[in-house]
Amino acid sequence: MKPFFSSLLLVLGLISGPVFASATNEAALADDPVAEKRLQELSKELRCLVCQNETIAGSNAELAVDLRREIRGMIRDGRSDREILDFMVTRYGDFVLYRPPVKGITLLLWVGPLALLLIGIIAMRSYLKRRSSQVASASRPLSADEARRAEALLKEMNDK
Amino acid sequence: MIPELGHFALIFSAIVALLLGTLPLIGAHQGRPAWIALARPATDVFALLVTFSFLCLTWAFIANDFSVVYVAQHSNSLLPIEYRISAVWGGHEGSLLLWMLMMSWWALAVRLFSRQLPDVMLARVLGTLGLVCFGFLLFILFTSNPFERLLPGVAEGRDLNPLLQDPGLIIHPPLLYMGYVGFSVAYAFAIAALLSGKLDAAWARWSRPWTTAAWVFLTLGIAMGSWWAYYELGWGGWWFWDPVENASFMPWLIGTALMHSLAATEKRGSFKNWTVLLAISAFSLSLLGTFLVRSGVLTSVHAFATDPTRGIFILIFLVAVVGTSLALFAWRAPSVGLGGKFGLVSRESLLLTNNVLLVVSCATVLLGTLYPLLIDALGLGKISVGPPYFDAVFVPVMVPVLFLMGIAPFARWKEASLPEIQRAVRWALAAAAVVAIALPLIYGEWKTLTALGILLAGWILFTAGLNFFQRVSATRGERSLLASVFSQPASFAGMHLAHIGVAVFVVGVAMVSSYEEEKDVKMAPGETVEVSGYSFTFNGVQAVQGPNYQAAQGEFDLSMDGRFIRKLNPEKRNYFSSSMPMTEAAIDAGLWRDVYVSLGEPINPDQPEGEWAVRVYYKPFVDWIWGGCVIMSLGGLIAMFDRRYRNRRKTGGKQA
Repeated sequence: MKPFFSSLLLVLGLISGPVFASATNEAALADDPVAEKRLQELSKELRCLVCQNETIAGSNAELAVDLRREIRGMIRDGRSDREILDFMVTRYGDFVLYRPPVKGITLLLWVGPLALLLIGIIAMRSYLKRRSSQVASASRPLSADEARRAEALLKEMNDK
Repeated sequence: MIPELGHFALIFSAIVALLLGTLPLIGAHQGRPAWIALARPATDVFALLVTFSFLCLTWAFIANDFSVVYVAQHSNSLLPIEYRISAVWGGHEGSLLLWMLMMSWWALAVRLFSRQLPDVMLARVLGTLGLVCFGFLLFILFTSNPFERLLPGVAEGRDLNPLLQDPGLIIHPPLLYMGYVGFSVAYAFAIAALLSGKLDAAWARWSRPWTTAAWVFLTLGIAMGSWWAYYELGWGGWWFWDPVENASFMPWLIGTALMHSLAATEKRGSFKNWTVLLAISAFSLSLLGTFLVRSGVLTSVHAFATDPTRGIFILIFLVAVVGTSLALFAWRAPSVGLGGKFGLVSRESLLLTNNVLLVVSCATVLLGTLYPLLIDALGLGKISVGPPYFDAVFVPVMVPVLFLMGIAPFARWKEASLPEIQRAVRWALAAAAVVAIALPLIYGEWKTLTALGILLAGWILFTAGLNFFQRVSATRGERSLLASVFSQPASFAGMHLAHIGVAVFVVGVAMVSSYEEEKDVKMAPGETVEVSGYSFTFNGVQAVQGPNYQAAQGEFDLSMDGRFIRKLNPEKRNYFSSSMPMTEAAIDAGLWRDVYVSLGEPINPDQPEGEWAVRVYYKPFVDWIWGGCVIMSLGGLIAMFDRRYRNRRKTGGKQA
C-alpha cells in the first residue's frame, strides 16, 4: 500500500474513530467473559497507531480506548474475528496488524525463518561429513610429545 | 570549568586509546618488549581518564550545571538526587560515555586478572580493546559530545524523561552495557588469537570466564529491563519483541551459543573457527544494536535520513570492525586445526546442534527486526512485525534447544551411546510428563502449548538433577554425600544451575501466557471487581504531590474470600515537564502469582473523584520469568569461578 494512501486512511480513521464509538452499555459487555477474552486476544494483534510500538491492548491512548470499544461493539454485533481484523485493515492498512499478512512483500519474512533453519541444518550436515573425512585422512600416530600432552589433558579432564 | 576538564580528559583518553591500540599491537608483531610492556600502564591511564571524565559529567548533573547542553536537556533542579545521577546515562551522549566507562573498566579488569596471560597475548588483547575504544571515542567526541556548552546557560533544565525516573532504570542500562561491552573482551581475545595464529585450548580457556561474565551481566540487564517494562508501563506484559529489546536479545542468543562453543573448543579443540566467528558476531551484534537504538532508524527511516551523521558513523565503524575481523579470519582460518574426531552422537555434535539452532533463532529475530525497516526504506509500504509473528517463528526453534538441554549433559565427549542416554533419562521424561499433564488439570483448563512448556521445563529440571546426582555418587568414594556435592567442579554445578534457571523461566512463560486473567473495567468508588478469586474494592482516588510531579493515587482493598489481604495504591502521575501521564502499577507479588492493578484515565476528566478506567490482572508464576533469569545468572557466576581458570596462574608463568 502506498504510504500516502495509508496515512490518508489513518487520518480518516482518527477522525471517524470517536464518531463510530458509542458508549452504550459497556459495563454489561465487560461482564461477558467470552466476549472480553475475544476482545483481549484481538487487541493484542493490533497496533495502536498513535503510540510508539504498542498494541491497543496495552495502550491507554484515546485511540486505543476507542478502538477497543469499537471492537466490543463489533463482537456484540456478531462479527467474526476475521471480519473485525479485515475492517481494521481497510481502515488503517496492513500497518495496523502485528502479524503481517502473507503476501508478496512479506513472503521473505514468513518463509525466511524456515529457510534459515534448513540452511543451518544442511550446512551442519555437510560440515560434519566433510570434517569426518578430513579428520580420517589427517589422522596419524601421535608423536611422543603429543602423546604426553594428550595424556596430561585427559588426566585433567578426568580430574574434573 | 569542570565540564571542560572532563572534555579534556576524554580527548586525552582518545589519544591514550590510540597509543594502546597501536604500539602494543605493533610491538607484539615485531617482538619489541618495550612496546609490548606499554599495554599495561596505558590501560591504567586510559581507565583513569575515562573514569575522571565520567565523574566530571556526573558532577555537572549533581550541581545542576544547566550551561551544559546535555545536562539542560536531561535534568532539572527538582529532580531527586538519585535520578540526577542516573540521568547521566538518561540520554544519547551520556549513555555512550557510560558505555565507554564500562569498556575501560573491562580492559582494566583484563589487565588486573590476567597475570597468567603471556605478555604478548595480553598486549594484543588490550591493544584490540584500545582500538575499539578509540573508534567509540571518536564517535563521542565528534558526534555526541556530552560536555558541549550552552552559552548563555539556561536557568532551568528540561527534565529526565519521566519513564526513566524509576529505580529499575537506574540499574538497567549499566547492567545491559556491562553485558554488551563485555563481549568486546571475548572479541578482543578472538582477534588476539587470530593475530598470533594460536587458536588453542589455552585461548579458549582464557576467553571462557570473560564471556560468561559478559553473559551474566547481559542476562541480568535484559531481565531488569523486562521487569521494569512490566511494572512501569502498566500493560502487564513482560516482553514485546520491540526492536530495542531485540537489539539486546540478539547478542544474548549468540553469546549463549559462544559459551557453549567455547566449552567444546577448550575441552576438545573442536569448532575453533566457528567459536572465533561467534565471538566476532556477538560483539558485532552489540554494535548493530547500538546502531539501531542510537541512529534513530527505529523511530522512522526518515528521521535517520534527515540527520544521518550519527547513524552513518556507527555504520562505518560497524563495517570497519566486521570487515577487518572477517578479513583477519579469512586469512587465518584455513590454517586452524580441526580438533579431535567425534561421532554423530557426542557432546560435540549436540553442542554444535545447539549452536546452529541458537544462531538460526538469532537470524530469525534479526530478520523480523530489520524487515519492516527495509520495506519502508524501499518505499514498499509500512508493515508491523510484532509479538504474534515472533512468537510464531521463535518458539518452534526453541523447542528442540530445550529438549537437547536435557540430553547433552549425559552425552560423552567424542562418542556417546544413544541407548545409554535413553536408559539414563527415561525416568526424567516420565516424571516430566506426569507434571505436564497434572499442572494444567489443576489449573482447570487443558492447554496443549502450556503442557508442552511444562513438559520441557520438567524435563530440564529432572535431567539436570539426575545428571548431577549420578556424578555425585560416581565420584563419592568414601566421602559423605554432602562432601561429594560440594566437591563438584564449579563449572559443572554452574551449568546445571543455569539450565534449571531456564526451566524456571519456561514455567513462568508457559503458565502466565495461558492462565493469566485480565479485566479492563470502569469503576466508581465503592465498587468491587473480581479476578480469579481476588476481589478489588475501589476506595477512590486522592491527589498526591511528588517532588516533580502531581499524582492521582488510587486506593484498592485486595481481599480473597472476604479476608482482607492488603491495600494497593496504583498511581497516575503527571510530571511537570511532560504532557504524557505515567502509570505506576501497584503489584502484590508472590511466588505463585502476582495481582496487579493499574489506573487508566478518569472517565470524565473533570471528575477525578468519579469513575476511573481500571485494569486488574491475575498473573500466575509471572515472577518465575525473572527469577529464572536470576538463577541463570547465578549459574554463570558460579561457573566463572571454577578452579581451573585460576590454577592456570601457576602453569601459565612458564609460557610467558
